Amino acid sequence: MMTASIAGDEGAYRRLLEDIGRSVRAMARGAFARAGVGDADVEDAVQETLLAIHLKRHTWDPGQPLAPWVYAIARHKVVDALRRRGRRKVEPLENFEEFLAAPEPEDPHALSDARKLLETLAPRQRDIVTSISLDGQSIAATAKRLSMSEVAVRVALHRALKSLGAAWRRSVE
Amino acid sequence: MRTSEFIAALAADPVPEPIRLGRRVAAALAIGFLGSVAIYALLMGPRPDIADAVQTMRFNLKFVDAFAFALPSLLLTLRLARPDAKPRAIALWLLAPLILLAAGVAVELVVVPSNEWMSRLVGHHSMFCMRMIPLLAAPILAALMIALRAGAPLHPGLTGALAGASSAGIAALLYASHCPDDSPLFVATWYPLATLICMGVGALAGRRFLAW
Repeated sequence: MMTASIAGDEGAYRRLLEDIGRSVRAMARGAFARAGVGDADVEDAVQETLLAIHLKRHTWDPGQPLAPWVYAIARHKVVDALRRRGRRKVEPLENFEEFLAAPEPEDPHALSDARKLLETLAPRQRDIVTSISLDGQSIAATAKRLSMSEVAVRVALHRALKSLGAAWRRSVE
Repeated sequence: MRTSEFIAALAADPVPEPIRLGRRVAAALAIGFLGSVAIYALLMGPRPDIADAVQTMRFNLKFVDAFAFALPSLLLTLRLARPDAKPRAIALWLLAPLILLAAGVAVELVVVPSNEWMSRLVGHHSMFCMRMIPLLAAPILAALMIALRAGAPLHPGLTGALAGASSAGIAALLYASHCPDDSPLFVATWYPLATLICMGVGALAGRRFLAW
């Protein structure tokens, strides 16, 4: 299935990622429970793993079984997530994304905070977040404007929102 | 972003030209090696008595040592660049150059009178050696690092250190043809020290650039 996916079978690839996502979610839940932390970050770890699998899919050798490769990446990312979790108390990333996506006009304070946080990003990342989350542009339009591929924009957005989340946590702690 | 949407976005990503890690590393080696040869030609060049030197065991042993070190380091680096790496068998091959070095030292200690040991160990160019091997290794290490960024090593520091070891091994192959010190006592002291410098730099660079 991975071979078909790498060859460009979109449907097969999506089903494969969904399967992998389910296994990784179960594994991450277990790991988070053993570490005694809430599972607020589980979905984040799952997405990180899926992104890593996607970006590093060429490191899988088709002559080798797929499961150990997936498991190695998942463990690496889940351990990473737990390590990061150990360093902070709250996990408001999803909330933060909404907060950026729908800034309340009557709360100029929040917006100016967001703008201030945005300044901590690299220019390209800032451009993407501003365009999509604040100006409400579509990912396709943003990709076209910056002449990047759509997934590159999504990946950059995902990463930018993560670092924004981290910057926001630093500012409120 | 919900995970199902995220998956759909990933699946919709157009299929890129597949990355072949092995080929990338091979290309990086070729480019890095050209850089090293350029530095070698500018700053060093072969020693003047190389025609006589190739007749001697001690001189040739340096190349065998360096090759026996460079090859397993490189294969191990390549293997560690994949997340599901199982390095065991290749890691054992790294013992080969160490055994070879130790055997050379043992023979040297037997055939050379003890009052000459120290002067052979210190040699003529120990500090030059310590500087030149890392310098020759630098372009190879840099090219390897760029190629390895396409990999997914679970241990970026270790992978970087082994890339440093590979580059030092290849640099030693070049340097050995310039260096007038052939005694295994010299080789077993200064070459590994220079290699450790490269491995340290490689480990730091690995942690910085190979983490994903």
